Amino acid sequence: MDTHTKSSISERLDALYEFDREPVSENKLHGIGNFIGMYAGEHVAGTEFIIGPLFVAHGASASAVFLGFLFGNILAVLSWMFLCAPIAVRTRLTLYWQLKKICGTNLTFIYSIVNALAFCFLAGAMIAVSATAVGLPFNMPMPGLEDMYPTSVSWVIVVFCVGAVVTSLAILGFEKFSHFAKICSPWMFVVFVAAGLAVLPKLGCTSIGDFWTVANEKIWTGVPMAGQSKFTLWHCMFFAWFANMAMHIGMADMSILRYARKWYYGYASAFGMFLGHFVAWICSGILCAAADGSVAPGPIAYMGAGVAGAVCVVIAGWTTANPTLYRAGLALQVATPNWKRWKVTLVAGLITTVAACFPALAMKLLEFVALYGLILMPMGAVIFADFWLLPKLGLKSNYAELTGSRFTWQAGLTWALTLGAAYYMNQLKLELFFIGLPGWFIAVILYVVLSMIFQKIQKKNIPAQEAPNA
Amino acid sequence: MRKFSISMSLVGFCLTVVPSFFVFYEKLPWKTHTQLMFAGMILWFVFTPLWMNKGKAE
Repeated sequence: MDTHTKSSISERLDALYEFDREPVSENKLHGIGNFIGMYAGEHVAGTEFIIGPLFVAHGASASAVFLGFLFGNILAVLSWMFLCAPIAVRTRLTLYWQLKKICGTNLTFIYSIVNALAFCFLAGAMIAVSATAVGLPFNMPMPGLEDMYPTSVSWVIVVFCVGAVVTSLAILGFEKFSHFAKICSPWMFVVFVAAGLAVLPKLGCTSIGDFWTVANEKIWTGVPMAGQSKFTLWHCMFFAWFANMAMHIGMADMSILRYARKWYYGYASAFGMFLGHFVAWICSGILCAAADGSVAPGPIAYMGAGVAGAVCVVIAGWTTANPTLYRAGLALQVATPNWKRWKVTLVAGLITTVAACFPALAMKLLEFVALYGLILMPMGAVIFADFWLLPKLGLKSNYAELTGSRFTWQAGLTWALTLGAAYYMNQLKLELFFIGLPGWFIAVILYVVLSMIFQKIQKKNIPAQEAPNA
Repeated sequence: MRKFSISMSLVGFCLTVVPSFFVFYEKLPWKTHTQLMFAGMILWFVFTPLWMNKGKAE
């Protein structure tokens, strides 16, 4: 990579994030209400319609689901509160600028591209969710749990239509659509609750006293569907904890929590976790059981809430796919400097729509979400170690900024070796859901050790007044 | 106008969620519940944009 290319990447990335280059000033900080509203809205999304049913399909028991989601969501909130928020309010920087100071422009660029591609696939899952509702009036055959490839021509046509609408809206910009999403959030949440409640009599539950018996015998029976692996309490807990691993442990929500007056505002995430990742997952699980194990979101929502349910699935998919695709387009724009934003978003939309044609993306959503978090998590561990541990060990934080480096090997190697270790653990039959925890400790240890080595080797690169004492 | 819009949104919100409790206790047929939810949805989406995300001064 020549110097010209390097500087142009740097300039393009900087221009993209120009508006949030400076730390947030005191007068722009927000109160707790904003964070509660934002988290509650963001985590009642289209994917909730498919995540809940997948736990039913994987044969999680009722106690595993309730206790697993409870403890997992508490751990997720604590991760936001004690890992992400304290660094966010001290630096007041976005993830991008913090990473740039630590890793250098080139490594941050690679991270942005990986993140953008993951966003494309996430948006693809949301388009697939919407398509199951749009296809309802056309009697479109719905994909099943075992379907990996497009199941019918009508499925492909509907997915492409939904993808075209979502991409067009993303090209037009998502400011107005984000206002629309805010309006939808409270309504979508009550549709989840109402639909779940209304189908309980179909399962033989007509009083609160019956619920636990019905939950054990007819909803979360503990018996996986054919071809599905068995989920335990640990699966439920670790999935709930790591469903947003990229956001809390991976530090992506630094960009949001940097506006918080106090570090403990991270607890606002509890509103998203317990409304979206507890109540909504449980309600969609009930819908799946009432539909005799069908996991297609459109039909199960229609069964619970009629037309309003089907509309809710379409809106839930669109409102979450749209900003996701918009952000993916922005990030990919850095790699294609001569392209207009609309063209990049169009390509991102095409990738997303083609991915959405494969039902595997939605049917294996739990695995994809776990993988997405796992891939981005090591950089969060790098930020954590760089901010808290390196100064205590007499090492220098923000090494790239200090030395003018464009690629810090200690961060790059940490990322690569952690992912290598994660792959190895997976080969040893450790499931994807459980790798994040040891992976985080591996990443922290690797970064500290590699920083010791590289800062010693490259001591001459550190300005004299900043050189480590060691 | 703002107070009226908020009230109508609230009615829409209640029409969305309250009937499901009656279905749960088998006091309301499923069909009626879905029709009320549909009406609630229309009210919510017609009136909520008139006040949500807008300052009180408006």
